[in-house]
Amino acid sequence: MKELAERALNSAQLQGATYADVRIIRRNTQSIVLKNGHVEGLAQDEDQGLGVRVVVNGAWGFASSSLLTHEEATRVAGLAAEIARASSLVKAGDVDLGAPEVHVARYETQVQVDPFSVSLDEKIALLLAADAEMRRVKGIAITEGSMEFLREIKLFASTEGSFIEQEFVESGAGIEATAVGENEMQTRSFPNSFGRHPGKAGYELVRDLQLVENGARIATEAVALLGAPQCPSGVTTVILDGSQLALQVHESCGHPTELDRVLGYEASYAGTSFLTLEKRGSFRYGSPLVNIYADATIPGALGSFGFDDEGVPAQRSPLIQNGIFVGYLTSRETAAMHGERSNGTMRADGWNRIPIIRMTNINLEPGDWELDDLIADTDDGIYMAVNKSWSIDDKRLNFQFGTQLAYEIKQGKLGRMLKNATYTGITPDFWDSCDAICSARHWRIWGLPNCGKGQPGQTAHVAHGAAPARFRNVRVGVM
Amino acid sequence: MLLGPDKIKALVEQVLAHSRADQTEVLVLGGETALTRFANSHIHQNVAERNVQVRVRAVVGRRVGVASVNDLGEAALRQVAEQALEIARRQPENPGFSSLPGPRALLPAEAFVAATADCTPEQRAQAVASICKLSKDTGLVASGAFTTSSTEVAVANSLGVWAYAPSTYADLSAVIMAEDGSGYSGMTACDVREIDAESVAVKAVDKALRSRGPSAIEPGAYTVILEEDAVAEMLSYLSYLGFSALAVQDGRSFMAGHLGEHITGENVSIWDDGLDPSGLPCPFDFEGMPKQRVDLIQRGVAQGVVYDSYTALKEGKQSTGHALPAPNPAGPLPGNLFMQAGHSSKARMLASVERGVWVTRFHYVNPVHSLKTVLTGMTRDGTFWIEKGEITRPIKNLRFTQSVLEALSCVRAISAETRLRPVFYGGVRVPALCIERFTFSGVTQF
Repeated sequence: MKELAERALNSAQLQGATYADVRIIRRNTQSIVLKNGHVEGLAQDEDQGLGVRVVVNGAWGFASSSLLTHEEATRVAGLAAEIARASSLVKAGDVDLGAPEVHVARYETQVQVDPFSVSLDEKIALLLAADAEMRRVKGIAITEGSMEFLREIKLFASTEGSFIEQEFVESGAGIEATAVGENEMQTRSFPNSFGRHPGKAGYELVRDLQLVENGARIATEAVALLGAPQCPSGVTTVILDGSQLALQVHESCGHPTELDRVLGYEASYAGTSFLTLEKRGSFRYGSPLVNIYADATIPGALGSFGFDDEGVPAQRSPLIQNGIFVGYLTSRETAAMHGERSNGTMRADGWNRIPIIRMTNINLEPGDWELDDLIADTDDGIYMAVNKSWSIDDKRLNFQFGTQLAYEIKQGKLGRMLKNATYTGITPDFWDSCDAICSARHWRIWGLPNCGKGQPGQTAHVAHGAAPARFRNVRVGVM
Repeated sequence: MLLGPDKIKALVEQVLAHSRADQTEVLVLGGETALTRFANSHIHQNVAERNVQVRVRAVVGRRVGVASVNDLGEAALRQVAEQALEIARRQPENPGFSSLPGPRALLPAEAFVAATADCTPEQRAQAVASICKLSKDTGLVASGAFTTSSTEVAVANSLGVWAYAPSTYADLSAVIMAEDGSGYSGMTACDVREIDAESVAVKAVDKALRSRGPSAIEPGAYTVILEEDAVAEMLSYLSYLGFSALAVQDGRSFMAGHLGEHITGENVSIWDDGLDPSGLPCPFDFEGMPKQRVDLIQRGVAQGVVYDSYTALKEGKQSTGHALPAPNPAGPLPGNLFMQAGHSSKARMLASVERGVWVTRFHYVNPVHSLKTVLTGMTRDGTFWIEKGEITRPIKNLRFTQSVLEALSCVRAISAETRLRPVFYGGVRVPALCIERFTFSGVTQF
């Protein structure tokens, strides 16, 4: 791979590149899907390729190919240069990456059990056992379970002299039970919704999930939800569980702090951001309890790595401190515009995509409440758990979420189960109403494997740490 | 440059020869895609990709394994066949699986245009330049993306299926930003020569200019005019929620138990037709089965759903040609949707509205309740207040929470003209709609 990378970089320079980088990636994925007690999908995918990014005539070009030969590396570098020259026909100024980033390093995910060494028999047996637990419950129409494993070997090299080899391993699993009634359908997932909870970890993550132990519980809840009353409409106090709060952080903090969005780079698709440049350092994003930070160094978290896809080291950066907006997620180019260095959040979804600013692990600092005490302290409200639906506007202000599960809180006690719970708000008003966050004992990191952004579309694997928290005067029951 | 049918046929025959499974399917997906993206009125991202993927589905009894690779070397092709077989062997039988499908006659559907395949970075840049120039001349800021691609799909299996089709695709979209407003326009075609950058620029700039200085309206139920992009997105989600045979078999679809019944307005007809040249034609699905026209909703009556071979065999039916690449636990999906045109026009619809909202397109739509077809999302890039038959002012963007079938039950007028729009899977050709009652549940600050 090293010689191939050197060939690509040399070719790019011969074509006039003042900067070039290359990523050569080999990715193996294994996915297993069970449904109603049978294997519905079992696949093993191998994918490889190289992508060359260049600056020629002060503008960007990128080309990529699945063919890993020297001739193809030369062709791809040449095409990237041609594309950059075309870009320069409609440019505003020359690309400025700031000070060079030069790193020679190797990084690999620390795992206890290589997931690819675990037999299919064992994996299928675990999913079948969890499936059986769900199907024990009368009234369940559909049971699903899935696992997905990934190994990615990535080489990054640049004309500045970086040469970084990284090997990532990801593991994830989840189960889901669906009950279907008269014009009603309710689903409960574990440990999280939308397929699975993943991390940068080995098979030990799956073994620790306790899928079998939770199968009957979620199935029972799905059936109970069919007959539960509809979430009432009104304005009330809401306590969100950690998994739902993780998605709230993702949509209403992670995305608007992406500096490329702020600068208009994503205007044609995902949108821009309300956290405009003049707000940094002074805008009240939330109550003083709210502290949110990015950290790509957390072991086991899905959004962790050694170096980003510009070769910048993984690091921790504050985004919201004591409720005040203080920081962005940046790239070399966007950081240089403000005389700063990148905080290492440029990530590409494979060899055939350019790196763009993405979340890493975006976490809400825990507080000091115990969940039982928080509920006991709440006179009237709703506890909502596990995401079911999500939507937010293109500046990341007006949002609406739905959860799978909800309970009334009356006089400090959890009461009736509620179905089809939804809540909506405007981002800074919502976070300003946060008056309690649970402690580190209730804090965990949730992997989110389906964050979409960019054209052509890219999917990023990110994560969010959160503990349950309380919010006042929230509009609920939109549907 | 595409590999072409001869090279791909040689490749799949190689894989089939390596396979020792009871049945084997080989799916080849290849091509080149390029995208020129612009923001702040300059090209900021400009990319190209070439890839060929070979997916092998091996069947052993009632066990199915899938392996894929994008290395076309002989060793890799042998290994992928062996891997698929090994995966198939190492699992319990699925009693729901019967067989891969056998060959059926295919009808042609031309979707390849050399001009699109040959489109250069300079040509894309020139189109973008015209949009940026008009925006700058008007004091606005341009963003958008221009995509051109050429792809080839081939399917072969050990029962004698062989299908090959090349296709091309071009899409240009622009979001033009004013200080406190924005406008959108887009165009999609197989032939890049049909993409009129200047027309896209003029429409988006016009919307952006008219969107400046928006004021808020109260959330509530209003008469709306939905332009084609909004209708297309609503329809694509309706399709995702319930037009699949798998969703019906699972009991998850609004069609389940209602085939033959009125489920929406009598002036609404929706069908899928992969052979219609006015869509993004495609003669076969990812199992090599011919695309059939499927009437999904006919004059408001739930008529049918789409099948792949797996869901079809469960009901003793034939695939309608809507399989996605295996494995596909999500089931078959329509990819070439059409909604019946009417007799009106956007101008006449506008003139008929006493009080209402004009919607250019939606943003971040997601289902809230699948069986009730309730979606939520935001308006975006051109939302206006209508009073006494005229657009009187721009308004701040609104959140809607609305059942699609209920909305389609009160369609007051349908435009005669339709437009082809891309959606998350495939393309849809739809008219604009005037809907009597559409619920906006919230408003944002811009």
